Amino acid sequence: MSNFTLAQLSQELQAKKISSVELTQTYLERIKRLDPGLNSFVTVTAERALTQARVADTQRAAGKGGPLTGIPLAQKDIFCTQGVKTTCGSRMLDNFIAPYNATVVEKLDAAGMVMLGKTNMDEFAMGSSNETSFFGAVKNPWNTAKVPGGSSGGSAAAVAAGLAPAATGTDTGGSIRQPAALCGITGIKPTYGRVSRYGMIAFASSLDQGGPMTRTAADAALMLNAMAGFDVRDSTSVNREVPDYTKTLNDSLKGLRIGLPKEYFSAGLDPKVAQVIQDAIAEYKKLGAEVIDISLPNSQLAVPAYYVIAPAECSSNLARFDGVRYGYRCANPHNLEDLYKRSRGEGFGAEVKRRIMIGTYVLSAGYYDAYYIKAQRVRRLMTQDFVEAFKKVDVIMGPTAPSVAFGIGEKTDDPVTMYLSDIYTIAVNLAGLPGMSLPAGFVDNLPVGLQMIGNYFDEARMLNVAHKFQQATDWHTRIPAAFK
Amino acid sequence: MSDLKQTDIEKIAHLARLALDANDVPVYAQNLTNILHLVEQMAVVDTTHIEPLAHPLPMSQRLRPDVVTAGDEHALFQRIAPQVEGGLYLVPKVIE
Repeated sequence: MSNFTLAQLSQELQAKKISSVELTQTYLERIKRLDPGLNSFVTVTAERALTQARVADTQRAAGKGGPLTGIPLAQKDIFCTQGVKTTCGSRMLDNFIAPYNATVVEKLDAAGMVMLGKTNMDEFAMGSSNETSFFGAVKNPWNTAKVPGGSSGGSAAAVAAGLAPAATGTDTGGSIRQPAALCGITGIKPTYGRVSRYGMIAFASSLDQGGPMTRTAADAALMLNAMAGFDVRDSTSVNREVPDYTKTLNDSLKGLRIGLPKEYFSAGLDPKVAQVIQDAIAEYKKLGAEVIDISLPNSQLAVPAYYVIAPAECSSNLARFDGVRYGYRCANPHNLEDLYKRSRGEGFGAEVKRRIMIGTYVLSAGYYDAYYIKAQRVRRLMTQDFVEAFKKVDVIMGPTAPSVAFGIGEKTDDPVTMYLSDIYTIAVNLAGLPGMSLPAGFVDNLPVGLQMIGNYFDEARMLNVAHKFQQATDWHTRIPAAFK
Repeated sequence: MSDLKQTDIEKIAHLARLALDANDVPVYAQNLTNILHLVEQMAVVDTTHIEPLAHPLPMSQRLRPDVVTAGDEHALFQRIAPQVEGGLYLVPKVIE
């Protein structure tokens, strides 16, 4: 049952073949037995889960509840959960019991989903390998010597290993899509503003967006139905109707125009990964899609612009961690400045400190125009590239990551090498567009993700395009041998 | 090309209120220099007449009626504070 989709679990519950309590116990038992080898959870909330499961069973028995009622999930430890430790992968918040729930948590609770626990992540979502977590690296279920990707690496590993049927993730520069690709699952980063950021601990506020991480596109549609929507508590939430994403899943792809940016298939891409992507595109042609070569001429500037904008926003957002109101405080501070400096110096890990310092530098007098304003100008150019492309095509496709999962420790010495693993995902966040990764094949027994980029608020079409591929292929049904 | 020296790192760390271990400063100087070299690749494109883009969606701030929406939750929030007394957050003495 651990390889069932949300849709299948929903049917099982509806048909009373299993109760939510039994289902929850099954997953809790798997976490207990298998997670010591993966480290995908920071906190397991067994008691809370069983309480929620009992409520769900009562609801279903009374003929109430929706399709997700009683189905377990894992929450990325970046979403505030009232009364439950919310660490964001950091020593800074190792003792932080959130006093309120994130909107995403509230909505998924209201949909009747059962929270199994909080998943491990790169510290403050800054990383592409899950190695920057204060709670240790997460391992890839396909090969435990490899990284699961990041920053939502715990969520991706948990779903891939069948420790949870679904999980939440957040994506600032690729943090849903890249780990989804490296672990062989489906993940969608919605359009900026589609899912509330309230209670989602901020890294870079103009880029961060939460989304579902699941086995299939149909499951992502089910979950996005519950997650998306306007929220008055998030000033950047978009007040726009949420369609039923499951309604259009089976629409025909005849005449769909797929754009292939030449820049996404150039140097730096593993040729074996490129072949898998070409095979996936060939499959889409069989489904009736038309393939059009396009150009996103400023693509090579995505990573440089991102590493100005994201650190700048991070240095402002993380200024709130001061050792005064919550979180880590150093021992015996001898004055206020010492309290700030040592609480932050001891509470944050090296990657977070690097990004805070880069951000501080690019925002400081004398450098602001040369770096920060320059990056914002580049951001507009890149966004315009996408706007032009979407005049000619319906979706854009390419690889999610330039290679399959790399080895744990392989890229930790040089931050710049690590940053380049998000080369294909970052531009999507800068433009605020929706992006997705779906399983497309394997290289050296490790999963490859196909990235799909959609136009603003076109998630329904993307999920449709992904679902049709998953009806025609079985890559998304593969399960790592050790976790069957 | 900007190459950051150890004294630059010390200055930035002070601005960011970060205490660094002295042994780590040379490593940060090298890391941050590499990152700046990466971001300086932006120079290849002329952006003279391009307006900066701060936010992905063209949106303005919503306004709401100026009424109190939250209750007094200081006890709830102070329960997770490192040090409080009499409803106040405690910090080292600022004025001698």
